[in-house]
Amino acid sequence: MTQSSTPLLQVTGLKKYFPVRSGLFSRVSSWVKAVDDITFHVNHGETLGLVGESGCGKTTVGRSILRLMEPTAGEVRFEGEDVLALKPRELRQARRRMQIIFQDPYSSLNPRMTIGAIVSEPLKIHKIAKGQDLQDRVNQLFVKVGLRPEHQSRYPHEFSGGQRQRVGIARALALNPKFIVCDEAVSALDVSIQAQILNLLRDLQEEFHLSYLFITHDLNVVQYLADRIAVMYLGQLAEVAPVEDLFTSPKHPYTQALLSANPVPDPTVVSQRTILSGDVPSPLHPPSGCRFHPRCPEVMDVCKTADPPLITIGLPERGHQVWCHLHS
Amino acid sequence: MSVDSEAMAPPETPWQEFLRIFKKDYQALFGFWVLILLLVTAVAGKAFTEWWVLFDPEVVRLTDKFLPPFSVPSLDSLSVDRPFGGVYLMGTDELGRDVFARMFQGSFVSLSIGFVAVGISLGIGILLGGVAGFYGHVKLGFITIETLIMRFTDAMMCFPTFFLILTAVALLPPSIYTIMIIIGLFSWMGTARFVRAEFLSIREQDYVIAAKALGIPEVRIIFRHMVPNALAPVFVSATIGVASAILTESGLSFLGFGVPPPDATWGNILSDGKGFIFDAPWLFFIPGMAIFVVVLAFNLVGEGLREALNPKLRSR
Ligand SMILES: Nc1ncnc2c1ncn2[C@@H]1O[C@H](COP(=O)(O)OP(=O)(O)O)[C@@H](O)[C@H]1O
Ligand code: SF4
Ligand SMILES: [Mg+2]
Repeated sequence: MTQSSTPLLQVTGLKKYFPVRSGLFSRVSSWVKAVDDITFHVNHGETLGLVGESGCGKTTVGRSILRLMEPTAGEVRFEGEDVLALKPRELRQARRRMQIIFQDPYSSLNPRMTIGAIVSEPLKIHKIAKGQDLQDRVNQLFVKVGLRPEHQSRYPHEFSGGQRQRVGIARALALNPKFIVCDEAVSALDVSIQAQILNLLRDLQEEFHLSYLFITHDLNVVQYLADRIAVMYLGQLAEVAPVEDLFTSPKHPYTQALLSANPVPDPTVVSQRTILSGDVPSPLHPPSGCRFHPRCPEVMDVCKTADPPLITIGLPERGHQVWCHLHS
Repeated sequence: MSVDSEAMAPPETPWQEFLRIFKKDYQALFGFWVLILLLVTAVAGKAFTEWWVLFDPEVVRLTDKFLPPFSVPSLDSLSVDRPFGGVYLMGTDELGRDVFARMFQGSFVSLSIGFVAVGISLGIGILLGGVAGFYGHVKLGFITIETLIMRFTDAMMCFPTFFLILTAVALLPPSIYTIMIIIGLFSWMGTARFVRAEFLSIREQDYVIAAKALGIPEVRIIFRHMVPNALAPVFVSATIGVASAILTESGLSFLGFGVPPPDATWGNILSDGKGFIFDAPWLFFIPGMAIFVVVLAFNLVGEGLREALNPKLRSR
């Protein structure tokens, strides 16, 4: 395979089970299957949106890829390198190439460090710059994310949510990464601020040729930024498709339900509303067969016992995949 | 790219912010000034009763027994034994010793017992709690470090501390150092639990995860990112801890297991006075009030610190 055909990030069969302990000696009594066998890739310079209801395992996917938690099984290849096999020292080097932006702009910045110290720390630790050079780089980063360099000696609590999120972005950019996991990066912000931050993320992507894994529960937000979207349900993928295909012809009943719950910007489009009934089941006891079957409007007998197969819709190059018995 | 032009208040460090909140808390401020006064008194007490003996707490004047506060020495007392200023500010006790001089000396002893005991208990508590909170998952044979430390802490907590201290003190040679160390050794459990809980929650905070994602070494994560954020509440409990150490020492002295004579502490002044409640109430009342005010002041300051340091209570 040549460089251009290798995806930047290839995730294969990723699993993360959390032990549930009980009893006097804290024995593991069962497992929360937060992420259960997920395969996807992110291309160079691309944004993959990862969408799903809260609790379906999106954060776990993002953090497992970055080895902020150790996955139970699976393979993560970043630029062809096996991330899960890296030794601590190699991992520290690899961290320069992949970063993360968090949801909560309040808890993601150390309240006892100035925002200048927060952004310059990674540059110092990785010995990328010092002295005047360090100062220049930090100033540049501040300007790039739309903060005033003269505010560097201030503390996070003096800033609004949107400004703090910019500090978080500057920190993530400091090491000049290729890939950033944006975990609900705008979900905690006001709608008007959301648009500013989304624009900023898009400008930065163009300028630095970044790839994003953009995690969100809000379809409107990914629609704006993503090239492709992966829809997750209860620890597994339901559908992966380019944005246009997903919005115009969703194939999975869960995707259809999500889209119909989403306000349609065009009032002339008559949406057929599919109402999701029932609660999201617990990943501690996921339903057998297709995990969506207790809530699926199209449920068939086979869905209750057999795992849904992977079906490719249209041309394979298009990359529209769905896991559902309906389409087999 | 748009530069954020939002107008900002002048810069305020967390320290300035803390001061601003703390200064508005009148109870805490009152407590704070009481403690400053106490600190000055204690140091002066050490200086003027031991180094330059202006007030001698050890002179026995059998002619001047049980004089109430503000009395002047009787005429047949020896002139060299007369108190500084020629008046017994707080009266005299059953041996004719100047209660003011004894209280003055006792303030240093009581306070240093409080500080040293809390220093010891903080050291042990922060170390054990920090290790349990950060390296807790590491296995030692068949149990984790965390289980080992926390079950030991629980076991220590099961004993009523005061009786444990009482037993230890009864078995060991009595001295002011024994008391300090024993109180410290038996009062770290709360701090350990507290620091562990604090570390466990801070370890999951996004800024710590961000530091990990940036490849910042573990030692630096602990000391630069976690410890400063865990210490504020520890200070609060330490402040209150000093009060309870002073109280414990007083209790021990009252029962006759405390600091042995001739060192005066508020506890043993109180204890000496307890036989003369009706004849000489000041012997009982003065040290009692002093302990009460100081313990109250430490608690008020502790509460004030808790308010001013707790980021969750601050406006976002
Ligand atoms: N550290 C953990 N221990 C146990 N269960 C966890 C842990 N982290 C997440 N989970 C569980 O895994 C599931 C997925 O969580 P998460 O990845 O945070 O979902 P999302 O980000 O999509 O909201 C949830 O059911 C959650 O309760
Ligand atoms: S596999 Fe069956 S239950 Fe699952 S989404 Fe498809 S039709 Fe619904
Ligand atoms: Mg999440």
